[in-house]
Amino acid sequence: MVAKVSNKQGASPKSFQNKLERHDRKTQIVADLIVIVICLAVLFLLDSVLDSSSMIFVVLKKTAVYAVVAVSMNLLNGFTGLFSLGQAGFMLIGAYTYGILMIPSGDRASVYQYFDGGIVKFSLQEVFAGIFGGNAGVGIFFGVLIALILAGVFAALFAFLIGLPVLRLKGDYLAIATLGFAEIIRALFQWNTIGGLTNGSNMLRKFPSFDSIVAGWAAGSPFVAAHIPFFSTLLPMIIAAICISLIVMLIHSSYGRSFKAIRDDEVAAEAMGINLAKHKMLAFCTSSFFAGIGGAMLAMFQTTIQANAFKSSMTYEILLIVVIGGIGSVTGSILGAFLFVAASEWWLRFLDTEMVFADAGTKTGFVIFAVAIVALLAALVIVKNRGKEKKDFRRIAIIAAAVAFIVIAALINYLVSPSMNVPLLRSGFRLVVFSLIIMIIVLFYRRGIMGSRELNWDSVTAFFMKRRNADKEGGEKA
Amino acid sequence: MTNENVLTLSDITMQFGGVVAVNNLSLDVGQGEIVALIGPNGAGKTTVFNVVTGVYEATNGSVSYKGETILENHPGFKMRKTYGGINADKYTKRIVKTPDVITSLGIARTFQNIRLFKDLSVLENVMIAMHMHLKAGYFSDMLHMNGAEEAKLRQDSIDILEMVGLGNMLEDQASSLPYGQQRRLEIARALATKPSLLLLDEPAAGMNPQETLELSHFIVEIKNHFHLSVLMIEHHMDLVMSIADRIYVLNFGELIASGTPAAVQNNKCVIDAYLGANEDA
Repeated sequence: MVAKVSNKQGASPKSFQNKLERHDRKTQIVADLIVIVICLAVLFLLDSVLDSSSMIFVVLKKTAVYAVVAVSMNLLNGFTGLFSLGQAGFMLIGAYTYGILMIPSGDRASVYQYFDGGIVKFSLQEVFAGIFGGNAGVGIFFGVLIALILAGVFAALFAFLIGLPVLRLKGDYLAIATLGFAEIIRALFQWNTIGGLTNGSNMLRKFPSFDSIVAGWAAGSPFVAAHIPFFSTLLPMIIAAICISLIVMLIHSSYGRSFKAIRDDEVAAEAMGINLAKHKMLAFCTSSFFAGIGGAMLAMFQTTIQANAFKSSMTYEILLIVVIGGIGSVTGSILGAFLFVAASEWWLRFLDTEMVFADAGTKTGFVIFAVAIVALLAALVIVKNRGKEKKDFRRIAIIAAAVAFIVIAALINYLVSPSMNVPLLRSGFRLVVFSLIIMIIVLFYRRGIMGSRELNWDSVTAFFMKRRNADKEGGEKA
Repeated sequence: MTNENVLTLSDITMQFGGVVAVNNLSLDVGQGEIVALIGPNGAGKTTVFNVVTGVYEATNGSVSYKGETILENHPGFKMRKTYGGINADKYTKRIVKTPDVITSLGIARTFQNIRLFKDLSVLENVMIAMHMHLKAGYFSDMLHMNGAEEAKLRQDSIDILEMVGLGNMLEDQASSLPYGQQRRLEIARALATKPSLLLLDEPAAGMNPQETLELSHFIVEIKNHFHLSVLMIEHHMDLVMSIADRIYVLNFGELIASGTPAAVQNNKCVIDAYLGANEDA
């Protein structure tokens, strides 16, 4: 959570330029830097306190990846008003570009075992190592950098070709068409005829991942070796911070304003001299560029990639993050990415493991705990619906009573049985709870956590000013 | 068709299926003139605007702006059967320009039902209209390397907003403005495209007599300040009669009268169709 903030702050210094004087901006940059340093310190502390296999590091790494893709999708869906569902396809292109260019030439024979070592015989890291006199570390640095950029470029190139016909469509039709193209890309990359390039439906592996890069650093520096989780988490976060900063800068530029104009009113935007085809294409390609980089980062995170994983369900995950965070809010997308990844990979994992209570003491304890939770929920419902009409209230009360009855009946049953298996907790239940949470969000918090607002110094100071003013008023009244 | 004409419409027919929204309209706007287009609801006035600004592609006829043809079309095969169009043979080419190109040539418009960028600030609304004059490329703009240009753009926008009297609400959200100020913002936004011809679609709609009077002064003021020609659609006769140099009257897509305010006021067709036939007389 804390380390997420460092991402956000890295991304936002440009966002206040509209409202503030120059010296104010300077103090804010200083404040941003302080927050970043604090976040780094907290991450470093986590590294020294927690075990290196702690889930928080995995979650933060994956958050960085998903944040880039979510923000890129938000650029299109939230800021340009183009409802596109092609993100997984562009991620796939980015991931494969990275993989194909970065597999060491010595490993190609084993990776492309069914395709005679593949068509591509070189590896970018070795090419750059050659240029810089055989220095492997520098080779990896430039290799990864160029491969990431090329991953974005190829994704943007595909986006351009797809965009030519597809961007003439609007609304749902655009969503369906982009979704279709993403599926076509996935099928294409699994095609055996081009297996020499893509390894068909087999996976690509042995390219440098976050962990292997940091392991390389660790070999040369005992300090890095002592703090491997810190550095392997920091690496994706730095890449994500750069990408998101670029997108935020775009949003606050003149072109970004035009994107927002297109979102608000296409007819008026065109009447103000904005070339719709050109600007939509720019937004589409830029979004795909960063989705491609996100895909390459996903490859680095997972250490292996397979086209089959980039299904439309991946696009929906990203869409979900964007919706949870708030369509049209960059910080919302980052926050959403963290919540989504943490919930699905970490916090809700316990729902998948069975729990058995054997002795009477723990059984009773659990029953009391469960009853307390049901009572608490009922109390919440009652408090929330106090002012509502009687009819509504009665309906809710009936449902609550029914649920409570079923739960209590089940609990009594478990209480008298010899060993108690906690109901519902088994493999797959996590996804049920997850979809329930999503349904609740869609029903009650349709605008997401942040709406279209941003979390930055402006909103933070505005929040506290409001508080202070309210306190003052309260004080005066008293 | 003298060179002094800023805008010339020749034999414009706009047909939607079987409905003829505008029929053989010829119209011109001279340099520095305020020309009004009036007529009852559904007469085709806004359609004329949409043809001029490239939102619709006219079925027949041509539109030229400062001597440059911005639209020329002739009835296609199907249309030709049912409707030939006056002087249809004169129009052999098909020239269609998109609204953004037409705006970049110097024709700006406002909308009858206000179409501001609602979620954006007042200042941003105007700055967007200046976007097409941006010299910086996509990447240098994205990386904020055109700071001086951006600052100038901002200052120009603020100047325009101060001129129209919205200088003290730059950061307000456009949709939060009162109705009259939204109309002003629309005009400010149109001015920001640096036009030489301004099309105003019912600028005084929903205004009280006092506001209408202020608006009429305002229109004359911006016309003189920015050296504009103005073509406007308006229902407020006081406004039209006081500031328009010439008036065109449309009814059911047909031009029924044109001329100076005094001539139009006394035209019998106009009185019957629009100004209201006196039943008692």
